[in-house]
Amino acid sequence: MNTSNFAFEQIMGDFRQNLPPSTEYLILSFSPGSIPLQQRWRNNCLSADFLANYLSTFFLGENDQQPDLAKQDEVKSAVSYIANELLENGMKYCIKTASFPISIQIHLTPNAIILQLTNSITIKQTKRFQKQINKLLHGNPSEMYLAQLEHNALEENQKFSNLGLLTMLHDYDARIGWHFEPLVDHCSAISVTTMVQLLI
Amino acid sequence: MEIRSKNYSVIYDQTSHQITFDGSLRLNGSGEYALISELLNKVAQQEPQQIVLDLTQLNFLNSSGISILSRFVINVRKRQNIQMIVIGAKKNPWQSKSLKNLQRLMPSLQLELE
Repeated sequence: MNTSNFAFEQIMGDFRQNLPPSTEYLILSFSPGSIPLQQRWRNNCLSADFLANYLSTFFLGENDQQPDLAKQDEVKSAVSYIANELLENGMKYCIKTASFPISIQIHLTPNAIILQLTNSITIKQTKRFQKQINKLLHGNPSEMYLAQLEHNALEENQKFSNLGLLTMLHDYDARIGWHFEPLVDHCSAISVTTMVQLLI
Repeated sequence: MEIRSKNYSVIYDQTSHQITFDGSLRLNGSGEYALISELLNKVAQQEPQQIVLDLTQLNFLNSSGISILSRFVINVRKRQNIQMIVIGAKKNPWQSKSLKNLQRLMPSLQLELE
């Protein structure tokens, strides 16, 4: 495989390294090969809803005693959508036979909700993914979103919508970044962490 | 015509030409959405004067589902003579964020958020 001009270690987009250690956080981890994808898919929504419900309880009203119900609903809906999309991507693109787990974590900082998904990916997929990310980072999300919807309407047999990251950028005003790292003991696999930040 | 599952239902009322979505839709890609796509295609093919898409009870829709709804709106747009009304609810925050895109695809689409 020709791997020239290919960066095994790379940060793209808006990726925050070394998050402050004192924030509230929760991590869920899955082993991709343990049960078939179709069964695992059912768990994505359970995990996404759990993360969303857990996090929303931190949003209290002005006196910090009563929950701010409207804010909680908004946070729950956004986190549930984004966590589910990240998990779907992780399940779709990870190397199913690799022992490397898929993990999702959610952090709450004073000004942002941060979701991070880490999964393995083949070098071939990585190259394709990095090209796609470059397009996302340099294009206009609104135009790209509309173009993707029109494209999907023409492609009857297209398996996936390619809308997940675009909806996060366009509908949720999220900041997204990626960290690619080589996997120890796997010469043909890469670890990718996708970070999504929602400002609060 | 109707599709019912543990987590969701999609029901088409032939008389009122209303399609009602209920529950939570997070299926895996276009393959798992095939039955719903088929129902939506059949409704568009009938070319009623007006189609009402009632999403008020649809709590959640993943990006694959958004793609299916958008494809339906584009299909209706192509037929030119159908009035399309989409009803959502503010209690489902995703609808305030994502449904406006349907109107961008079809400017004559009437979007109501209750």
